[in-house]
Amino acid sequence: MRSKTAAKALATVAAAMLLATGCSGSSTEASGSGGSDEPVKLTYWTWTPNMDQVVAKWNEQNPDVQVTVNKQDGGDAAVTKLLTAIKAGSGAPDIMQAEYQAVPTLVAADALADISEELDGDVADKFPESAWEAVTLGSDAVYGVPQDSGPMMFFYRADLFEQYGIEVPTTWDEYAEAARKIKAADPSKFLGTFSAADPGWFTGLSQQVGASWWGVDGDTWQVDVDSEATKKVASYWGGLVEEGVIDNTPMYTPEWNAALNDGTQVAWLGAVWGPGVLEGNAESTKGKWKVAPLPNWDAATPANGNWGGSATSVTSQSKHPEAATEFITWLNTDPEAVKLLAGTANVYPAATDARANALTEPPAFFADQPDFYDIAAEAAEAANPFTYGPNVNVAYSAYKDAFGKAAEAKSAAEFPKAVEAVQETTVEDMQNSGFNVEG
Amino acid sequence: MTTTSITAPPPAPVDGVSRATHRDSSPGKPRRSNAAVTILLLLGAAYCLLPVLWVLIASTKSAAELFSTFTFAPSTHLFQNVADLSAYRDGLYWRWMLNTALYAGVGALLSTLVSAMAGFALAKYTFPGKSAVFNMLLAGVLVPGVILAIPQYLLLAKLDMTNTYWAVLLPSIISPYGIYLSRIFAAAAVPDDVLEAARVDGARDGRIFARIVLPMMQAGLVTIFLFQFVAIWNNFMLPYIMLGDDRLFPVTVGLHGLLNQGASQPAMYTTVVTGALLSILPLVALFLCLQRYWQVDLAAGAVKS
Repeated sequence: MRSKTAAKALATVAAAMLLATGCSGSSTEASGSGGSDEPVKLTYWTWTPNMDQVVAKWNEQNPDVQVTVNKQDGGDAAVTKLLTAIKAGSGAPDIMQAEYQAVPTLVAADALADISEELDGDVADKFPESAWEAVTLGSDAVYGVPQDSGPMMFFYRADLFEQYGIEVPTTWDEYAEAARKIKAADPSKFLGTFSAADPGWFTGLSQQVGASWWGVDGDTWQVDVDSEATKKVASYWGGLVEEGVIDNTPMYTPEWNAALNDGTQVAWLGAVWGPGVLEGNAESTKGKWKVAPLPNWDAATPANGNWGGSATSVTSQSKHPEAATEFITWLNTDPEAVKLLAGTANVYPAATDARANALTEPPAFFADQPDFYDIAAEAAEAANPFTYGPNVNVAYSAYKDAFGKAAEAKSAAEFPKAVEAVQETTVEDMQNSGFNVEG
Repeated sequence: MTTTSITAPPPAPVDGVSRATHRDSSPGKPRRSNAAVTILLLLGAAYCLLPVLWVLIASTKSAAELFSTFTFAPSTHLFQNVADLSAYRDGLYWRWMLNTALYAGVGALLSTLVSAMAGFALAKYTFPGKSAVFNMLLAGVLVPGVILAIPQYLLLAKLDMTNTYWAVLLPSIISPYGIYLSRIFAAAAVPDDVLEAARVDGARDGRIFARIVLPMMQAGLVTIFLFQFVAIWNNFMLPYIMLGDDRLFPVTVGLHGLLNQGASQPAMYTTVVTGALLSILPLVALFLCLQRYWQVDLAAGAVKS
């Protein structure tokens, strides 16, 4: 496996960076068992809603290790904040929610502790291989315990599909046909939108075709954004946008919310956490949605991609890596904790068996679809491997720029060019940061 | 507010400039230019007030109505929204409001005091390096506070003071603009004769400052207080970088967090809109209360001397 040495390559760069600052790993020396009388106090940065209620259970059962949840802004904001605290030498929490795509970035900045020493040997077996690889980066080090995963799914308005006489598409060809059919029936409606504001969505779709935007061989990184697979996805969407059968406006805007409410957006390529988004943004449409697997390129070999998903990691500034590791292991593998994660914090847990026991009922917004989590489990199973690199943030903002222009121009020719622009920006940034890159 | 006071006497001759240019052409012209000015000002007022109106109306809508009904059609869910906001994590919003009041109130008070002292010293004392200090302050006026947030974070991290109330309060106390204003105001409002008379009577510098200078500078200091209060109230970057614990957040950072829940969670739009509406009410109240001081302003001191 070519990503075996990912961590080694990251460590090389991290070490080079740290030589300059001369503050490597001194914080881990202080790791103690936590003493006997004073309880160990841990802080935990996460943006998952209601996580404090899950943690309350732990605090109740473990009076000697008390965890405080500090709720953060979602995603990149928290990563930036953590990196600032790491650079400053103090102010970082003990435990951090880290999205899978952020793990290489954080490892390269020496922000995450390697907990392979502290971790029980059997933890790895509780997770699917793809999730575990996201926290090990294919090495012997372990940079966290997987928490949730976000297999992509296809949400559609069953009532409108029936009204227009459309079958649920199982392939992307059928999806394009369905888009044309809806456009013909009602020119104001769209089957979906190409969102230039959601790079995670696009990487998920590229992952389905087998793209992996980064890779490592020895000390050398490959950047493979402009692979045939990614270009295939970009061209497909560029064609639909130019044809005008797919909308070109971003998701998660007030306009998009309005479109979900009034049926202008007839379907949505989302992920397993979609019900929460739909319920929050379009509550009035409850009972009208159904879920299906993501359309495929080849119906005979179903594949899938992920949008979202994160691990729980111990930071390099934590003075109690042992206690922190114990906590994150409990949080993400203990059956009771996983049940709370799924039920209270609304995440789709990564731990396979515990998840199956925890998720027996469909989400409330999809109460009529008892097989919701069966479809989700199949989708999770079919996910292709995908390696993230140490500058995902740069690639993602390049995506927003390049595809924003392409979508605005509604020109199919611009979409593959946008892929090349992302590739170029990503490679350039990695070279400037001192990584060995071929690509 | 500006429009009503300026447009109130429209038929009367306006200021010198428009009179000079338009009077000799034709009697109809001034009226038309008046109308043009009024329309321009009305447009300006609409530009400023429409967003406020939007917030007011949007905060009366339920989550479902927010994106589905006509933008300026009010609804009846205001109290429900306020209740939802108050219920969010056991009333965390109200804690944010209290935090903001603390940061802005204490921060602005301390900042005003420091500005008054520094401004007075720069205006009335001669000491080596005075002009160098003042020039540095002037440069400081030109540097936006946002740029300083990261260096300030790194400094406070060395002292292990990030993620505390002090992390936001300390940097808020120094305001180059406040010191600059205060210097100008002290120079104009505090006559040298009064200071000399006080010295002759045997008053020490501290007493002169507290008993004579502060009262004389009062109107100007209210201006500085208001400036700094609003600046801290609206400050986002500094607390955003400094604080990790959301129980210490001011309302700006807290509301931002409600909007950015990550892709897998819906943004809490109605809650945020309602929270934004409630968060501007104290500012409106403060301005109405301190408006008379604000109007007296710098001119008052200049006239008296």
